Amino acid sequence: MEKNTNYLVGVFGDQDILVKAVKALRKKGVKIYEVFTPYPVHFLEDALGYKRSWMPRAAFGFGALGTTCAILLQSWIMGYEWPMIIGGKGFIAIPDFVPITFELTVLFSAFGMAGSFFVSQDLKPHKVPQIFDRRQSDDKHIMAIDLAKNSLSEDELKTLLQEVGAEEVNNKSFTEREKKASFFDYVSDLFTKGVTDSARELKG
Amino acid sequence: MAHVDVDLKNVQEQFTFDGKLKKNVLLIGGIGVVLFVLGAIFLMMGGGHDDHHAAVQHATEVASVASDGAHGDAHGGGHHGEFHWYQRIIVDFWMSGVFFTGVALLGFFFFALQYVANSGWPTLIMRVMLNFRQFIPVGGIVLLITFLVGSHTIFHWTHDGIADPNSPTYDAIIAGKTDFLNVPFFLFRMVLFVSIWTFFGFILNKVTKAEDQDMSGTTKYFRKAQRLSVAFLIFFGISESITSWDWIMSIDTHWFSTLFGWYILAGWLVTAVAFMSLFVLILQDMGYLKLVNENHLHDLGKFLFGFSIFWSYLWFSQFLLIYYANIPEETVYFIDRLKSDTYAPLFFGILVTNFLFPFFVLMTRDAKRKTIMMKIVAVVVIFGHFMEYCLLIVPGSLKENGGFGLTEIGTGMIFLSIFLYLYFTGLSKGGLIPQNHPMLEESVHHHT
Repeated sequence: MEKNTNYLVGVFGDQDILVKAVKALRKKGVKIYEVFTPYPVHFLEDALGYKRSWMPRAAFGFGALGTTCAILLQSWIMGYEWPMIIGGKGFIAIPDFVPITFELTVLFSAFGMAGSFFVSQDLKPHKVPQIFDRRQSDDKHIMAIDLAKNSLSEDELKTLLQEVGAEEVNNKSFTEREKKASFFDYVSDLFTKGVTDSARELKG
Repeated sequence: MAHVDVDLKNVQEQFTFDGKLKKNVLLIGGIGVVLFVLGAIFLMMGGGHDDHHAAVQHATEVASVASDGAHGDAHGGGHHGEFHWYQRIIVDFWMSGVFFTGVALLGFFFFALQYVANSGWPTLIMRVMLNFRQFIPVGGIVLLITFLVGSHTIFHWTHDGIADPNSPTYDAIIAGKTDFLNVPFFLFRMVLFVSIWTFFGFILNKVTKAEDQDMSGTTKYFRKAQRLSVAFLIFFGISESITSWDWIMSIDTHWFSTLFGWYILAGWLVTAVAFMSLFVLILQDMGYLKLVNENHLHDLGKFLFGFSIFWSYLWFSQFLLIYYANIPEETVYFIDRLKSDTYAPLFFGILVTNFLFPFFVLMTRDAKRKTIMMKIVAVVVIFGHFMEYCLLIVPGSLKENGGFGLTEIGTGMIFLSIFLYLYFTGLSKGGLIPQNHPMLEESVHHHT
């Protein structure tokens, strides 16, 4: 398959240099596609200018939904559908409902968060990961810059990256398959090849 | 943000306790005295007379509800005989004393906990936690005097003849508990626990202050403090539980709850954390603790939020089982509080101040990092838990003659003033930052 260079990949060895590099590049107006690090690096998100995730708000929403469902469910069962007197209490005795309400709040919140995480990270069965450099999960920090989104030329960006402390600067492109994962291909692969990871290039 | 480059040899700050802060602390005490005197005068003039009348009726009702149960003692009505105004003041002293001694103890416990947990983030505010210890001995002495003066008012089990089968006031249930609940043993435990807590406070203070002078860069003092903290925590675990039975649960002598120690611990702990956050913010407003930033505050906020929920969890665990099982000898505790016009508002009020308010206000990350939010929540939580102590101690000893009024708030403010005075005086002795603490650097660069 024809390969076209789309991304410039800077490899960094030190987290402090990385954070400083991110700041310096952003100051010069370079748009950084993404930075991959083997472990969480403090202050990197601030340097990249990321907004805070919407996940906490989703958690609250799912939790509130769980609370509502739990109260409605119990009130309906214990109050209307099959009223029962337990321990001489009223049909709808709120203190009795608290443990189940609590559990359902946690359950909805947990499942909702798991789902939200998959959605926010675009994780799906037929996802083919775009791996810029395999060392990103080992001992190097990887910075990817999308050439199409930057007005500067490839050479200019290369020099800039080297100036701010990149150890290597590589080109990286992805196959059509990696760029646009198709659910149909995924399913047909399952039938023709079985469960393999043939879509991914495992070599460095 | 980002990296703070700090010369760690040059971070020491010296706190001085004077000026506006001292004036305010004394002002709190002054207002407390005024409220207390006003309240006492109202009580003396018999302001609660009508209440008393209604209360007698009410107590009979309560007693009749209670006597539907197995043992059928009319606990509510007769034992205390007629009510004198000074009885309420004795109970108020006990209430505030227990509350503030417990907060002081738990603040110091939190300090020791940081050593045992090997945690690095709070090193900058370690002295803020350490100085809670200042109130422990004073609170202990106040409680001892209050007990010696008014044990009959506060504790039903101290009455004469209660364990004597021939006496008209014989109480079989209390008689069965006298092996543990008798005055000499009670006093022995009280004196022993308070003196050992004080001793640990004294010696840990000495070790950490010695570390300030030691420029050799060893971890000798840190390890020593760690070992002492482990010893303290073991002793604390046992003594705090027993103390909560002694000082609080034994007021309702017939009643018992197996998670009471935990419940009291959670209440004291969340109040101590609230005080801690408030002290940090006050010191910052005065220009101290320059290196403490919103990341440290965020962690304190998380503790305040978490322990509020922990308290609510234990409160509810205790309530739900008793409510659900509906056994008369257990429910009598909640009947005293729920079926009473005096205590029912407090009973529901503390749920708002101690659970709903901190839960919803401190839920977001931003709220925990804002000084104004933390100040408001800390004050509300402290006040809420003070009301909780009214609910824990007053109904059992005074029945319907008690309440949450001027004398309670007045006594609380007097104790608060003493607590703050001792606290800030202690803080002004020695530096504000544990200078040679091996985890100081971690704390300076703390980032959440």
